[in-house]
Amino acid sequence: METRTGMEMKTEIKTSPDRKREFVCIVCPVGCSLIIDGEGESPRVSGNQCKRGEVYGKQEYLRPMRMVTSSVAVDGGAQPLCSVKTEREIDKAKIFEAIEAIRSMRVRAPVEIGQTIAQDIAGTGVRLIATTADAGRSHTA
Amino acid sequence: MERKADVVVIGAGPAGLAAGVAAADQGASVLILERDERAGGILRQCIHNGFGLHYFGEELTGPEYAARFIEQAEKRGAGMGRSSASFGAAGQSPATIEILSDTMALSLSPERIVTAVNGRDGEITVRAGAVVLAMGCRERTRGALGIAGTRPAGIYTAGAAQRLVNLEGYLPGRELVILGSGDIGLIMARRMTWEGASVKMVCELMPYSSGLNRNIVQCVRDYDIPLYFSTTVTRVHGRERVEGVTIADVDENRRPIPETERFVSCDTLLLSVGLLPENELTRGAGAEIDPVTGGAVVDERRQTSLPGVFACGNALQVHDLVDHVSREAETAGRYAAEFAASKTLLQSSRGADRLNMGKTRVIGSGGTRYVVPQIISESPSETVDLFFRVGEVFKPARLTVTSGGNIIASRRKRVMTPGEMENITIRTDQINGEINVHTQADAQ
Ligand SMILES: Cc1cc2nc3c(=O)[nH]c(=O)nc-3n(C[C@H](O)[C@H](O)[C@H](O)COP(=O)(O)OP(=O)(O)OC[C@H]3O[C@@H](n4cnc5c(N)ncnc54)[C@H](O)[C@@H]3O)c2cc1C
Ligand code: SF4
Repeated sequence: METRTGMEMKTEIKTSPDRKREFVCIVCPVGCSLIIDGEGESPRVSGNQCKRGEVYGKQEYLRPMRMVTSSVAVDGGAQPLCSVKTEREIDKAKIFEAIEAIRSMRVRAPVEIGQTIAQDIAGTGVRLIATTADAGRSHTA
Repeated sequence: MERKADVVVIGAGPAGLAAGVAAADQGASVLILERDERAGGILRQCIHNGFGLHYFGEELTGPEYAARFIEQAEKRGAGMGRSSASFGAAGQSPATIEILSDTMALSLSPERIVTAVNGRDGEITVRAGAVVLAMGCRERTRGALGIAGTRPAGIYTAGAAQRLVNLEGYLPGRELVILGSGDIGLIMARRMTWEGASVKMVCELMPYSSGLNRNIVQCVRDYDIPLYFSTTVTRVHGRERVEGVTIADVDENRRPIPETERFVSCDTLLLSVGLLPENELTRGAGAEIDPVTGGAVVDERRQTSLPGVFACGNALQVHDLVDHVSREAETAGRYAAEFAASKTLLQSSRGADRLNMGKTRVIGSGGTRYVVPQIISESPSETVDLFFRVGEVFKPARLTVTSGGNIIASRRKRVMTPGEMENITIRTDQINGEINVHTQADAQ
């Protein structure tokens, strides 16, 4: 019942073997159990009830991607924190590295939605952007 | 202080904002009362993405989704009026929206007089042409569950924990057990894991989760967090701080099986065990409440049993998709503005009749737990959307809508689950007596 740390997560994904794996399709509420029979770059998907499940299953097998959302501290902000997100999905294996990097970041008010907080998060080439605006403390007196 | 507005909206969450914008677009002067210091409602703390796919066709985070509506509201007027004095004299600036923040609505009368209070103006009395109730919902707490044991620190609702972590930067615990596998519980399992806490398990009383598959996969499975179905927390241990909980399997009647009890050490228990529409004001005003939804009984305009009082969003029925909230609120806001503009007419000879005339009851049967709207009035539109939830999982399901005993719509669905609100469109010209939305299992 132990919870895995970020490091363990990463190794698990890196060494994921090229063989049968099972996923629950998340594309629609039916939740088909997909079985992916892996052969390099062209895995076969079964268990899906529609095409979208096949696309999802392949992607999830070859390169699982996730969005990361968190908050960073704001200096001089009207609020203590400002929420942020990766501009697009990043490699699942990079999540904890990204979270670690975000934790040590600070931003100065004013902050606008869409503003770049970091150009390249955890070496993924993906920007980290603000999702909350903060006009700064003086603007809310 | 006394004020007037065509439409008074209570709550500036996504529902209140969308209702206000829709009402202003009909030419109404709108006053939105919000008890928090900012608009946005619960979305402010929902920093994860997954909002707006239906409404905007893109995936936004909660704060981004809220910001779009705040911007719409700001375009139509006074912006976040922190002082009500900034508002022009009534009549001078119609079709504007003013948001009064830090302002708590205290009561509503059937005559649509709203009393509210804030630190700047003291007590405010607002005469409203129409009222839109958009107070959202609150979380069920331990009291509503009756878990035995001590009352130590370290027990939070998942939403309260979410607020602490996402808005205040405070981690409520390091070793957690989460009770309830609805979306909020699942999202918090991931959030706490990301912040370095250990989520020992998620326990779910029911044999299935009411959360989205996507959240089960991306928030729990991704991190190998065990998700135990038909399992509950029966006791909390610890004097000052939670030291652990006793969990147990439950039988088919959801009663804990004593022989299965086991201890799990943890310093925090998060409860994600359901949401209750916030309706003290609604009850106080005497509006009829649906015992199943916990919200007001409404017609297709989202008008309650009190003429000119409308309801939408989580105050009306607990929604899982904010996109539906926005659409429902637009309906409520539009008709509220219409009512405010024509209420003299409605209250005259024809009006009183019209409200009681041509009303058709909408009910659910079989697996259908409830249907909103509960009433169809003499509807001006050609179609009406019925929203409903089922009480158990159907895989596949057969959905049949009858009116006056005749089938007017029928559909097969590959799956229906209690966690997903369903909707079906019916044509008003086919309405011919009580409407019944029936759900049953379909042949494989
Ligand atoms: C934790 C969580 C996660 C969610 N995740 C998703 C998701 O991933 N995707 C999705 O589409 N939807 C999600 N939802 C659902 C969606 O956020 C809600 O359905 C939506 O926010 C409801 O909007 P609302 O305006 O009805 O209520 P709220 O957002 O709760 O707003 C109600 C407002 O009314 C104010 N208020 C209440 N009473 C008074 C009073 N007496 N006087 C003045 N003001 C008052 C409150 O302060 C609040 O600002 C989530 C909800 C929660 C709680
Ligand atoms: S495979 Fe198709 S039907 Fe099955 S869950 Fe995925 S999207 Fe839905």
